[in-house]
Amino acid sequence: MDIFVNLTIAGLSTGMMYYLLSSGLSLIYGLMGVLNFAHGSVFMYGAYAGVLVFGLTGSFTFGIIAAIVVGAIVGYTMERLVISRVYGQHLAQILLTTGLMLVLNELIKIPFGSNILPAFQPEALQSSWQIGEIVIVKYRIFLIIIGLVVATILNAVMAKTKLGMTVRAGVQNPEMVQVLGINIKKVFSFVFILGSALSALGGILMAPALGAINPEIGLMYQMTGFMVVVIGGMGSLTGTLFSSLLVGLASSYTAYVYPDAATAVIVIVMIVVLLIKPSGLFGKGAE
Amino acid sequence: MPDKVILKVKEMETYIGQYHILQGINLEVHEGYVTVLIGRNGAGKTTTLRSIIGLTPPSKGSVEFNGEMIHGLPPYAIARKGMALVPEDQGIFSQLTVEENFKIAMYKEDKQTLDRKDWILDIFPDLKPKLKLKAGSLSGGQKQMLSISRALVNNSKLLLIDEPSKGLAPIMVETLANAIKQIKDHTTVVLVEQNFWLASEVGERYYIIDDGQTVQEGVMADLIQDKVLQKRYLGIGTKE
Ligand SMILES: Nc1ncnc2c1ncn2[C@@H]1O[C@H](COP(=O)(O)OP(=O)(O)O)[C@@H](O)[C@H]1O
Ligand SMILES: [Mg+2]
Repeated sequence: MDIFVNLTIAGLSTGMMYYLLSSGLSLIYGLMGVLNFAHGSVFMYGAYAGVLVFGLTGSFTFGIIAAIVVGAIVGYTMERLVISRVYGQHLAQILLTTGLMLVLNELIKIPFGSNILPAFQPEALQSSWQIGEIVIVKYRIFLIIIGLVVATILNAVMAKTKLGMTVRAGVQNPEMVQVLGINIKKVFSFVFILGSALSALGGILMAPALGAINPEIGLMYQMTGFMVVVIGGMGSLTGTLFSSLLVGLASSYTAYVYPDAATAVIVIVMIVVLLIKPSGLFGKGAE
Repeated sequence: MPDKVILKVKEMETYIGQYHILQGINLEVHEGYVTVLIGRNGAGKTTTLRSIIGLTPPSKGSVEFNGEMIHGLPPYAIARKGMALVPEDQGIFSQLTVEENFKIAMYKEDKQTLDRKDWILDIFPDLKPKLKLKAGSLSGGQKQMLSISRALVNNSKLLLIDEPSKGLAPIMVETLANAIKQIKDHTTVVLVEQNFWLASEVGERYYIIDDGQTVQEGVMADLIQDKVLQKRYLGIGTKE
């Protein structure tokens, strides 16, 4: 029982981090068909910026703010310099953003080297609660709460605001959104920056749970991120949340029973979902 | 006619990929009238509307709207100048509610716009009880009504409508004809229509498009008389 609770909490908290990483990926693909293979690098930059600022100031809150700011800046620069030039050209997008990922991964090594950088939990969250046999790690609960808060805010924005309405409409028919007098590229830029900031937030929050970071975590988490998006359905935030938690739980349970299969199980989940519903759990049908 | 020409298309040519789809479209749309574009399937009518509003930008020629050259502008900028399109597939956002479909189209939510929405809902009363429902749940005819209504909320000067009768029951086509007659007092209409009954019911001027070119133009009443022209370009009256 205690093991099960611990694995569940670990799975949900990791799942929430997948959500932060994947929501941007899902929306930018849904809205403009853009595949961004440098999205994981933003996650990694968020982790480095946050860990660095946390180390310097001793404030985890400042670390989080730094990660979000760096994520937004990297996202903005990426969108202006690269992505906006290759709208609608899938091959060019894949090549350019992959190139960008390699460059970003090398650049980070100049100040930090390629070795691991330890990442600590903020003091207030270092302890755990003990309920009978069950040990609940505070930091994991913190991650779940942050994830829920972000998901609630994002859902409210999507449901209640004109921007959210435009994004939902744009995911279905971007051409028609333009015909209604809306500059969809502007909407897209905004969503891209928001998605980057969320990815970076995921990076700094995940870092203490990993204990240490290195330049490779971007690529590592990005692969999972893409699978999460495919499972949930491109362009659906609800699908992304659901699939993030599913993937988090599946890999957490598997890692306990048979650690070598923790990644393989995600691939299996993806294959099963795609066989049953090719557009993903919450994706729009392939019309 | 001494009326104002609100849309003037000169020698417009458009490529889609490497295909030379439009090879010389010339149009003069007079303010306050319904101009009908007719022609066989695949003649280039849809592409003509899409090129005018910038979705498939023309590579040659000019498009002058309300005294301004607009070719080369992005679709959203052209729309903002007062042009609206009801596309062939209706372009309804099925995941949004009917109300949200209106809302997303509104440039402002001032009294004028809201009054106009009420006026539109009086033309299409079927939509009134459906405002809170997902637009995807509407019938084909209601979706067409919504698409036309949505295009009207901003007091656009020019409304481009692409084959609204497609797939509709005859009774719905009649409703549509009545609606267009009410709309045309407020907005100039360019209507692509294969249903000759609807075209002759509401059309005042016509252009025939064939193989990506405008080949004939005139007053609708004349075309209704001209069986030879109808047979030649529209295939009406032949049994093939
Ligand atoms: N995306 C496209 N790619 C290639 N050819 C197209 C495309 N869209 C339209 N066409 C071709 O352009 C021609 C005109 O199409 P369209 O404007 O839709 O005609 P209409 O509306 O008069 O039926 C047709 O021959 C059609 O096959
Ligand atoms: Mg057509």
